[in-house]
Amino acid sequence: MDRTGHTTLAEWTSGDSEAVERAVQAFREQLDLGYYGMVSTGEGHAEQVRELPPDAELVIMRLPISGG
Amino acid sequence: MDAQRLRRRERFWTLTSLAHVFPFVGIAALLMYVQPLAVALAAICVAHAWIIPALYAQRGGNVVRPKSRAPEDAERVSVGLLGDLVGHDARELHARTGLVLERGSLGVWLVGTAGALLVRPGGRRVDCWCVRVDDSELPSGDRIAHLLLALRADEQGFATVANLAFSGACRRVRRRLLPAQRPALDQASKCARRIFGQKAKTQAAAAGTMPA
Repeated sequence: MDRTGHTTLAEWTSGDSEAVERAVQAFREQLDLGYYGMVSTGEGHAEQVRELPPDAELVIMRLPISGG
Repeated sequence: MDAQRLRRRERFWTLTSLAHVFPFVGIAALLMYVQPLAVALAAICVAHAWIIPALYAQRGGNVVRPKSRAPEDAERVSVGLLGDLVGHDARELHARTGLVLERGSLGVWLVGTAGALLVRPGGRRVDCWCVRVDDSELPSGDRIAHLLLALRADEQGFATVANLAFSGACRRVRRRLLPAQRPALDQASKCARRIFGQKAKTQAAAAGTMPA
């Protein structure tokens, strides 16, 4: 999620190792920028992930939050 | 911030409000008793007793006041992504009110662009939290989505990071919300009453089936 609304960083399928590798690289770059990786785990639940789960349907990168 | 600690903070908030109100009311009553001609001064004291909690409630309502908007394209894209994260009812409520309703273990949340309201079980009390993403140029849908994902991942952590701006009766905050946002609070209160009712029924049923 960014200032344009959102940007697709990588697309992959678990069988395509090159695409997974590119996605892992993009994921790590976002972590280095301070983003957190989030995966939905059912209605109303999400989990923070530190490694890209190749079988996840969607991984969303979010920024940290702070008190206003 | 677990449920027990939150209840303690709410009680402390109520006590603080009373500590703001009672001295002024007391002084007003004393003035009228000692010197009825000091009615103007007594009225000023009563006005203080009224305005201080009103300002706090206003602060509570302000946490979900909409912030400046990003370019229209970015807004549309971000709302589309947010729509993918929530169900049909929450999507429809967001389109009408700008707030996203999310059920949690502490109560029912209404997430806005720079804050969230937590309607507690029973639907009468609301806690107003200031919390935001550190990028003011994000479109509104993304700001809500960032907060929503953080809330879903760790509700207690979310309430720990956020600053409590107000805690009190729903009706006091409702009056201070934008008219378009009020239906969201009504729906969250209804939802919180239903959850509380179900929990109470479950507890009563469990107590009824327990052996003596």
